Amino acid sequence: MTNKQLEKRFNALKTVAAVAVALVFAFVIIAFISDNVGEAVYQFLVGPLLRPSRIINVFERMTPLLFTGTAICIMYQANVFNMVGEGAFLIAASMATWFVTSNSTMGRLPIIAVCLIVGIGTGVLAAVIPAVLKIKFKANEIVSSLMMNYILLKISDYMLLYVLKDTASGLQASYPIPEQAKLTKITASFVKGTKLHSGFIIGLIVCVVAYLFIYRTKWGYEIRMVGANRSFAKYSGIKVLGVALATQLIGGGIAGLGGAVEILGYYDRFIWYGTQPGYGFDGVLVGVLAGNNPIMVPFAALFLAYLRSGAACMSRATDVPVEFVDVLQGIIIILVAAELFLAKTKHKLIVNNAKKNLEKEESAK
Amino acid sequence: MIKDIFSLICTPAFLASVIRVTAPILFAALGGIFASRSGIFNMALESMLLWAALVGVIVSAAVKKMVLGGLTMGQAGYEAALSKANLFGCIAGFVCGVGVSVFVGLFLAYMGIKLRANLYLTGLAINTISTGGTVFVLYLAAGEKGISTSLSSCTMPVINIPIIKDIPIIGEIISGQNLMVYIAFICIPIVHIIINKTTLGLRIRAVGENANAAESVGVDVQNIQFKALALSGLFAGMGGITLSMAAVSFFSRGMSAGKGFMAMSAMNVGKATPLGTAAAALIFGVFDAASNALKTLSIPTQFIAALPYAATLVALVVFAIQSEKKARKIRALQDK
Amino acid sequence: MPEEILLMDKITKVYPNGFVANKDVTFSINKGEIHALVGENGAGKTTLMKILFGIETPEEGRIVVKGKEVKIHNPLEAIEYGIGMVHQHFMLVPSLSVAENIYLGMEPKKNGLFDFEEACRLTEEACKKYNLIVNPRAAVQDLPVGQKQKVEILKALVRGADILVLDEPTAVLTPQETAELFVQLKALRDRGHTIVFISHKLNEIKELCDRLTVLRLGKSVGKAIVADVTEQDISRMMVGRDVVLKVDKPKAKPENAVLKVKNLVIVSESGKRIVDDVSFSVRKGEILGMAGVEGNGQSQISEAITGLLPYQSGTISINDVDVKGKSIRQIREMGVSHVSEDRMTYGISATSGVKDNVISDRYYKPEFNKGLFLDFKKIDELSDQLIKDFLIKCNDRDEAVRMLSGGNMQKVVVAREFSNNPHVIVCNQPTRGVDVGATEFIRKRIVELRDEGTAVLLISADLNEVLELSDSLIVMHNGKIAAYFEDASIIDDMTLGEYMLGVKTQTPEEIARVAYDK
Repeated sequence: MTNKQLEKRFNALKTVAAVAVALVFAFVIIAFISDNVGEAVYQFLVGPLLRPSRIINVFERMTPLLFTGTAICIMYQANVFNMVGEGAFLIAASMATWFVTSNSTMGRLPIIAVCLIVGIGTGVLAAVIPAVLKIKFKANEIVSSLMMNYILLKISDYMLLYVLKDTASGLQASYPIPEQAKLTKITASFVKGTKLHSGFIIGLIVCVVAYLFIYRTKWGYEIRMVGANRSFAKYSGIKVLGVALATQLIGGGIAGLGGAVEILGYYDRFIWYGTQPGYGFDGVLVGVLAGNNPIMVPFAALFLAYLRSGAACMSRATDVPVEFVDVLQGIIIILVAAELFLAKTKHKLIVNNAKKNLEKEESAK
Repeated sequence: MIKDIFSLICTPAFLASVIRVTAPILFAALGGIFASRSGIFNMALESMLLWAALVGVIVSAAVKKMVLGGLTMGQAGYEAALSKANLFGCIAGFVCGVGVSVFVGLFLAYMGIKLRANLYLTGLAINTISTGGTVFVLYLAAGEKGISTSLSSCTMPVINIPIIKDIPIIGEIISGQNLMVYIAFICIPIVHIIINKTTLGLRIRAVGENANAAESVGVDVQNIQFKALALSGLFAGMGGITLSMAAVSFFSRGMSAGKGFMAMSAMNVGKATPLGTAAAALIFGVFDAASNALKTLSIPTQFIAALPYAATLVALVVFAIQSEKKARKIRALQDK
Repeated sequence: MPEEILLMDKITKVYPNGFVANKDVTFSINKGEIHALVGENGAGKTTLMKILFGIETPEEGRIVVKGKEVKIHNPLEAIEYGIGMVHQHFMLVPSLSVAENIYLGMEPKKNGLFDFEEACRLTEEACKKYNLIVNPRAAVQDLPVGQKQKVEILKALVRGADILVLDEPTAVLTPQETAELFVQLKALRDRGHTIVFISHKLNEIKELCDRLTVLRLGKSVGKAIVADVTEQDISRMMVGRDVVLKVDKPKAKPENAVLKVKNLVIVSESGKRIVDDVSFSVRKGEILGMAGVEGNGQSQISEAITGLLPYQSGTISINDVDVKGKSIRQIREMGVSHVSEDRMTYGISATSGVKDNVISDRYYKPEFNKGLFLDFKKIDELSDQLIKDFLIKCNDRDEAVRMLSGGNMQKVVVAREFSNNPHVIVCNQPTRGVDVGATEFIRKRIVELRDEGTAVLLISADLNEVLELSDSLIVMHNGKIAAYFEDASIIDDMTLGEYMLGVKTQTPEEIARVAYDK
């Protein structure tokens, strides 16, 4: 076996082990706090499969993650840890709402098309500041993008209270999204009340396109080389700063598209106020699990969506709050990222393999 | 408008509030110094604040309840029991809150140093764990997911400094602050001494500057970094206690609100020296206090609330330009 | 009967990437001798010493110190057994003072705090005792290299080291500093210390050492008493055959000047003129060697030509087109190739596959793209061809380059840079850290490239290499050209050394001949 195959196999094993550790941790926690452990674990593991509507719910939850996960993949490929996906998603949703509610007389196709473009544009703009600070001043992009997220949250709050708010409705919510702007519901005619919408398909397309972009085009090649070794990329004639900037803007744009799609697909009104919806942060787990490969994003997103759905089922049926999924999420990220997690196993595999290869060589002589 | 702003800011009450809101940022920033000097990127300051704040509230409330032992207001001996309960509650809350924060530091150290996980990702992941985890624990302890008001937790005492409290204006600004605020400022020289005068400080600096050199003379690099992150947790943890057990007596979800990141920026701008860091933290304190004070103006509060974050962005740029200059100087030195 | 003070028996070390650095190595030294550990780059010397110092853990084997079998898990334990190490790259904390560096880890204390004054006093005492004089209060970053090395040696000595390991200590020293070091080392031996001297400079070994052990490709292949063997013998043991790095090359037929550098000035950020008014040209079909002690402006010149480093004044032209203001890619498109001296930083992307590494300068060209996409059929063909042509040993074209040996990594660089039909190629230390086989191969390819009509600028600190390969030769000293030899085959290394060290300098007229400006 070559070392490359060995490493591939080991990495897959490590991801599975990380998930397993997190799940065991989950069971321990549940066992400690729940009065009805059996029911809680049952709901957590298979709850999402118990009814057709719940199965579809998983895919509904998965939809925004397709976008934010892909955004993270592309930025991490260039070794940029920009977290602005969170803020871009939110502010793009806000701007998209603003656009459709103030142009409610437009025709179906144009209003959706323009709205998605507004979402992408807003996302790109949201990413500009941390990206430029990173490129121009080498300012740490994690801190700047997290600060940017707070600022974008405040702007979104302002938009909701002063621009979008439907004063007649009495809710903390925007004017309703016009009917013709809503994305087609895919499953509503089969299973009543489900909201899975054509944005899901858009998300899958985004993943595939991003995959082709990263691994099959010259621009993707540039991004990968900048991420792998910046100096090498520069020496080879790649415009490193331009690529790093573009990558972050693309990431912001994809997250922004996600925000617009989510608002047009799933919601009737814009209702996020005061807290970040968290899809951008979820994107980190999706990206890490997918190994920064967009084609793996749907699987990673499905996993996280299932986890969250399971937690929701459990919290409805028992007394375990959903927030503990965040804890699992963090544990998985850390373990997958930890180079030396299971290092002893890996070293043993490699030593044995090297010995075997050496023996083979010597006996061949 | 400008006049309104001035009339709000140029008051002793405002200056006193600057000192008050600086305290948690200062604590966390001082904590950040240890990590930074030992060459570790501590993104988990935010988590340290959050956990310490939460655990401080829960433990102090539990201990208080235990000490009171079912006595209710009006019953005989209630007053005496209450002050005793408050004292024990405060101490227990402080110790446990800070302890948990130290644990966060050690966890980061274990993952980042022992298991060599990317420190950025680990920091992010710990923050994800903390955001959800604190709400989760809050719900288990208080049955609520937003705020801990159902728990009767303790607050640290307010201190009136004799003599100073009678000086007009200055007394109003400096005296009458919470104990934690004074501790925060006393910690500035303490951190200075630990970093610059002790052997641990010397080793931390050596490890941060050239880990291989330290290792080659038998300094256990990982051990030093673990200690540095534990110290980070110790000081940041006191910041968390200041959030939930000083000016207010409750924990609310996401209560740290980015203060850990502000602290990190302050530490960076202050070049990881205690005095510089404290000065930078004070500037963030001004913005934080202003964002509270100016809420009464007719400007939409959202924009005011965004002020400290915008200030952090500016600070990041200032720091980045500074360190670029410094790097240039070092390169110039090497040329010679 | 000499007393064996240290024995490393049947040591085997496998690195995480599967590289076998030491295989059944046995290494034994006696008390009070200076023992040379010799071997080529990559023979496993440094790994063996890292194991001795507890920085690496061996898979198999045992270590016996002073008759006792020991396990060394970390440097602290090594120090306890009296083993001190002076690393190739200094292990010093630049901003701390000499005394703080020396007493780091065993700090004197007063009232629970670090006692700096006491540390200074102790340092001064040690300086006197071992006759190694440095100022204890000076910040290490302000010291010259020779002084830094003294600090390193003192660090080991104050910790009670009686076995002192020096890893290529002379690589960074001037000849005077080297001479001084040898005197001090001999004095230490006479005081009863045992010294392991790692080197591949045979003349130094002959001058300094008592016995030697030779490593080759991770195995110990022989030991000898230095007085009994010739340099020729040692080198035979090192490479396992007589050194035949003679490259057969026909006489060059230089044509017009392709690369012209005129009055080039490069000023460092501190204002020092690193490259000071340098003019030369490289002609089509010739190899111009650039010799010199490292750090005399060679690297800056190569980076300026290839667009990596901006320059202050002067002109650089390729086929009479000025490169000023051109991007790295534009310069590459003018036919300039570049083998960088810093392989791991610039030459390769270690985590990427061989394929991704060999196309980095051409992936964007129409012939490798089909519509929006890269044309992987063509790219795969190209990669396989290059792997075959340049004898790159790898499992397949997608294997990560970091899994390859140093020599094969360099072949990846060379495959890319040599295969794009360059008009000019700048080769900076093309065979540094590369095994003999690959070195021979790369040198041959350089000559072939010349015969195909490329102008080659060869920068190398390896005198054998420059003398062997160059048709003409310039010598750099202190940012200036110190000498130009139109025919490199007539110079011997003694003369070359004199120009390199600035003992001699040619007249401006002689030097000006290198600018073929027609």
